[in-house]
Amino acid sequence: MLLFLLGIPLILILTIVVIPASLNISFGVRDCYVNTLRKIFECSRMLSENDTNKKKFSLDDMLSFAACGMQAIVDDEITKCFSAEELPSWNLLTRTNKNYEYISLRLTILWIIGWCIRYLIFLPVRITILSLGLLWLCLATTLIGFLPKSSLQTKLNHYAYLIAFRVLARAISASIRVHNRENRAKGGGICVANHTSPIDVLILSTDNCYAMVGQIHGGFLGTVQRILSSSQSHVWFERSEMRDRMTVTNRLKEHVEDHSLDPMLIFPEGKLLFILLYFILNLSCCTCINNTSVFMFKKGSFEIGGTIHPAAIKYDPTFGDAFWNSSRESWVQYLVMMLTSWAIVCDVWYLPPRKMEENETATEFANRVKAEIAEKGGLVDLVWDGQLKRVAAKASLKYAEQEKYSEILLKD
Amino acid sequence: MGSNSSLILRPEEIAAIQKETHFSPSQIQRLHSRFSTLDKRNTGSLTREEFMRIPELAINPLGDRIIESFFWDSTNNGAEPSINFRQFMRTLALFRPCKPNEKPQAIEEIREQKLKYAFKMYDLDHDGKISRHELLDILHMMVGTNISDEQLGCIADRAIVEADTDEDGCISFDEFKKALEKVDVEQKMSIRFLH
Repeated sequence: MLLFLLGIPLILILTIVVIPASLNISFGVRDCYVNTLRKIFECSRMLSENDTNKKKFSLDDMLSFAACGMQAIVDDEITKCFSAEELPSWNLLTRTNKNYEYISLRLTILWIIGWCIRYLIFLPVRITILSLGLLWLCLATTLIGFLPKSSLQTKLNHYAYLIAFRVLARAISASIRVHNRENRAKGGGICVANHTSPIDVLILSTDNCYAMVGQIHGGFLGTVQRILSSSQSHVWFERSEMRDRMTVTNRLKEHVEDHSLDPMLIFPEGKLLFILLYFILNLSCCTCINNTSVFMFKKGSFEIGGTIHPAAIKYDPTFGDAFWNSSRESWVQYLVMMLTSWAIVCDVWYLPPRKMEENETATEFANRVKAEIAEKGGLVDLVWDGQLKRVAAKASLKYAEQEKYSEILLKD
Repeated sequence: MGSNSSLILRPEEIAAIQKETHFSPSQIQRLHSRFSTLDKRNTGSLTREEFMRIPELAINPLGDRIIESFFWDSTNNGAEPSINFRQFMRTLALFRPCKPNEKPQAIEEIREQKLKYAFKMYDLDHDGKISRHELLDILHMMVGTNISDEQLGCIADRAIVEADTDEDGCISFDEFKKALEKVDVEQKMSIRFLH
């Protein structure tokens, strides 16, 4: 009886989620769900506005201006990348827009309902999907690993890989829009993407097979890494090896030169955008980034060749923030956060492949690629060399701030 | 950055700043690199003009006052006033969030310090009182030309009447404290510092 009770949801999940996911079929349910959520958030925003905007002047009003100003003083471009975005409308998750759940009774009730759905329905279902995906990944890759190296093995591995990641992506209700699929990375190439969160690799892997580059982890992540390596060639480095420039270069070079292997996906360990891109293309410009993981590389530039396939990923934080603040949350906490988010909605753009031009230095090339990715993804292009190009602030922006505050006061 | 050796932080400096401001060493390092970036002239100190170059600060209606707050303690010895990293950190420390395990007594102290800072933001002439004129000054900065002077005057008068318990027409620090009794100043005056 118990087995029967447990069996039904499992079969449901298998037929509704896992099988369509592995065949890459979408019934449009997720799009519908995302649109519905958008409407609900809009309503909740109106509710909270009605409840907060009625106020009169208080002596502490200036404190928010002061805090804003102080934040601008301490925030450098890098700091801004590290912090989760504040949303214009609250998405009924606790982690953004602090203390929103206490604004009004109506909002609180809405939040509680949302909490129940997320933790009591989504979480168990998603954990099941996640386990099924991981189980598949382990089984398939281990079994395929036993096959002799052949084109059949590679082909099978491709399917197994794609299926596994598509199923895993459903576990976080990822709704991914892919643009310019014709530019996907091919063998002998390097896919370089901007890096915001650990699930970047998952997002990209639902669409193409990649050889991953990264540092060997311990624990759960390490096990996944080992399993992945059994049937596909990935480039994992020991922490000590990462310090040795020559080893890193040679290993990467070897991989890129073999066109039968999957394109490499540069998936940097740190969260700073493009560190690894810089590190591969030009080490001299890395030394100025104030981050310990880059500091250990000495000056000198080299390249590993191959074609660069840039990809831009942009998340829509309305439904769940994919950002991982590793100083605050552990890996497991982050996983739970992802599994209890409404959805992960993102756009992926593949950009045309790029090669270094003859009269171009590695730095220039890196900057060119970086700027292209930033432009496509609507991200801020950061100039890492410390010469931040500042434009004179417009007075009109200040008026806009004053107007905003006046409106709040005059509502009284 | 950091080409001038005198601008590099020494371990004992970090320790001293840590003791005074309770920032962690890595936070101090990070803020120091921010300080160096802002320090366009590479002198190891910041002037008002260098602060003004931060775009978000330049458009902040209270930008001038915020910058001014860094210079409260600096002595003006003829030359253009500037602050060093130590002074910079001292002011920033006022916006450090409370640690979750802070003792009630310490929280009370932090609150007091934050309130003092807020009070001084109003009290332009440092006479320990916020006059109607001083209050109007800040109000004016915050709303620009969007609210008429009469309306603004009403708002200021009402705020003073509400806070002014001894009816001297000004708000003293004690009255200010009382008026903000129910306000979560600790949270409002906390900003995010990376670890």
